[in-house]
Amino acid sequence: MTRPTPETLAHRATPATVAAAAGTPAVVTVPPTPISGAGSLVRSLEALGVEVAFGIPGGAILPAYDPLYDSKVRHILVRHEQGAGHAATGYAQATGKVGVCIATSGPGATNLVTPIADAYMDSVPIVAITGQVARPAIGTDAFQEADIQGITLPITKHNFLIQTPEEIPRIMAEAFHLALTGRPGPVLVDVPKDVLQAATTFAWPPTLDLPGYRPTLHPHGKQIREAARLIAAAKRPVLYVGGGVLKAGATEGLRKLAESTGIPVVTTLMALGAFPDSHPQHLGMPGMHGTVPAVYALQKADLLVTLGARFDDRVTGKLDSFAPDAKVVHADIDPAEIGKNRHADVPIVGDARHVIDELIAAVSATAGGTAAYAPWWAQLNDLRERYPLGYDEPTDGTLAPQYVIERIGELVGPEAIYVAGVGQHQMWASQFIRYEKPGTWLNSGGAGTMGYAVPAAMGAKVGRPDTAVWAIDGDGCFQMTNQELATCALEGIPVKIAVINNGNLGMVRQWQTLFYEGRYSNTELGTHKHRIPDFVKLAEALGCVGLRCESKDDVDATIKAAMEINDRPVVIDFTVGKDAMVWPMVAAGTSNDEIMFARDVRPAFDEDDL
Amino acid sequence: MTTLNKHTLSVLVENKPGVLARVSGLFSRRSFNIDSLAVGETENPDVSRITIVVNADSSPLEQVTKQLNKLVNVLKIVELDPQQSVQRELLLVKVRADRTVRGQVLETVELFRAKVIDVAPDTLTIEATGNPDKLDALLRDLEPYGIKEMVQSGLVAIGRGSRSITTGPALRAA
Repeated sequence: MTRPTPETLAHRATPATVAAAAGTPAVVTVPPTPISGAGSLVRSLEALGVEVAFGIPGGAILPAYDPLYDSKVRHILVRHEQGAGHAATGYAQATGKVGVCIATSGPGATNLVTPIADAYMDSVPIVAITGQVARPAIGTDAFQEADIQGITLPITKHNFLIQTPEEIPRIMAEAFHLALTGRPGPVLVDVPKDVLQAATTFAWPPTLDLPGYRPTLHPHGKQIREAARLIAAAKRPVLYVGGGVLKAGATEGLRKLAESTGIPVVTTLMALGAFPDSHPQHLGMPGMHGTVPAVYALQKADLLVTLGARFDDRVTGKLDSFAPDAKVVHADIDPAEIGKNRHADVPIVGDARHVIDELIAAVSATAGGTAAYAPWWAQLNDLRERYPLGYDEPTDGTLAPQYVIERIGELVGPEAIYVAGVGQHQMWASQFIRYEKPGTWLNSGGAGTMGYAVPAAMGAKVGRPDTAVWAIDGDGCFQMTNQELATCALEGIPVKIAVINNGNLGMVRQWQTLFYEGRYSNTELGTHKHRIPDFVKLAEALGCVGLRCESKDDVDATIKAAMEINDRPVVIDFTVGKDAMVWPMVAAGTSNDEIMFARDVRPAFDEDDL
Repeated sequence: MTTLNKHTLSVLVENKPGVLARVSGLFSRRSFNIDSLAVGETENPDVSRITIVVNADSSPLEQVTKQLNKLVNVLKIVELDPQQSVQRELLLVKVRADRTVRGQVLETVELFRAKVIDVAPDTLTIEATGNPDKLDALLRDLEPYGIKEMVQSGLVAIGRGSRSITTGPALRAA
């Protein structure tokens, strides 16, 4: 039962074009050629440098699957369209290229809604191609008809309903351009069946027609100088770094900026890996489950230099008490983020890479040097010593979930890609694995989509087949999308899935413990009590290796055993205690000043130090 | 304008199917209030112009404008200052006007430079254009006679002087 299938191997033998590997479409020139609409669609994907698409065929999209059969685009047949969408997202996050997913009309398309919304919240470039009923049937409640353009209006950067076959190459090129440039995001292209069947001509390259789309990449020089002036004047500045820095490929610049100024750095959940966790200037992640020093730094700062972050409520806590003394420099490629939640004293619209490069040049002219921040660092270092991330060993003899995750990070190392679901395990994975490099941490941050991990890990592994990909999943999340392990097994995608199985919807249970007097309404999943499902048997049924680990002594050996298996996916059922909680914590709706280091333990912030 | 929080936005958009839904959907989705909305083609058939009256403070207004600007089909947004623009609504109103009061109603029509566009034995249908304040005043005067039915257009507005927003620098429409 060693996979992949011969067909898959044949596909993978096809070399990808150099240009596609570099993330930019090859400049292909094709004179007008007679072809079907479906052929035009597939030729467009090829011309755009698409290597892989995740999808499921069905009635309305069926014509497109015929030319796909002979195409060099690898199609991965998933088991549920949601899997296709998250796989496209994982692929895009791991490679920086556009992820592609394909579904048929009606339920096929609506099953993509969750991953599209997820990609929208986390600004991930994906293109979703959906079949639509034939043009004359649109609006008649035809079989498998859904107005997917209308449905996805609020959750796409843009979407298209193709009206004529002649538009296909242009609209596909526009979709990819919109998805990848400016603030990236999902774009949906809905294609009626009769458009796919119609005769047309295909020519490449098309001319884009997007007169209203002109993202600002280069920041305004005056704003950069103003930001540099505030940095030079600040006593307690913080670099508040978000996912935009990763998307812009600005991590080297960020490091230079941080080191040349000596300013402390915090990286949000979406930015883990943008600045090495091991770097002495890194205070960790801010927010609801951030580190005490990172949260404190934001609260006490007199200047936030915000780079590609968006003052999300999970970072700010109660907004009107967030960073009360700080002036704000806010750089983002999306002007609508600036001033949305927090007033910006210096708004900077631009791509993070350009912004950071120009800031480096501007601050070197004005910087006061690291020495200016010595008292600030003294406070922060004191907090780092007093309130490090940590956890208590369970007293009931169960396995500590944090220990499992920490050991995975240690043994698998910083080169691997870690993909988390949503919940306690996600937070522990953000806290107890060290991220040193960009593109090594994938998760569903904004939308908080349970079920993200397995298909996203699949997509990441397809995009970076030579990199180890470990999903850290929960037993609740895992049960939402584990069907894609069948896809992984058959397509030769050897991901590792560490199920942090506490038998419960752990994060909800934690809130019930803290805020609902321990009334555990509907959070017990039965994966402990009844071993339903048995994850080892389930893994085997899905063509994977299933391992189980229930004690601390076996953790390292189990992880190492999984690392040795590379011819098929591996699922590890780490049976862990159910009472572990994620700390620190800022309870929802409260001020960051109310951060709890552990249950009933509030850090003593010495106000007199300031 | 009745309150200071009302702002008139002229939004130039690509004349394509579904664009109005994108614009109006954005308002409800982001909890912004539209007082009125009017849409029609411009001198360039590829471009439509949506006039939106928004009820918002300056900071939410900025957010509305930025979010609208993110819509790919939106070409340009200009806020029209009430002092520097002409703003008009169209009102059609069917008023009870039998022989005993018809003269008085016609006098009101005259005063407001409105027009009678349909006559029935016991009603008059009146057409009036003007800024919202004028139309409010007209309605107040007609109310005592009995308003049987009325319909109002959204506000349309255009800047004073010779400058045109459709040729401004931010617009790169076809």
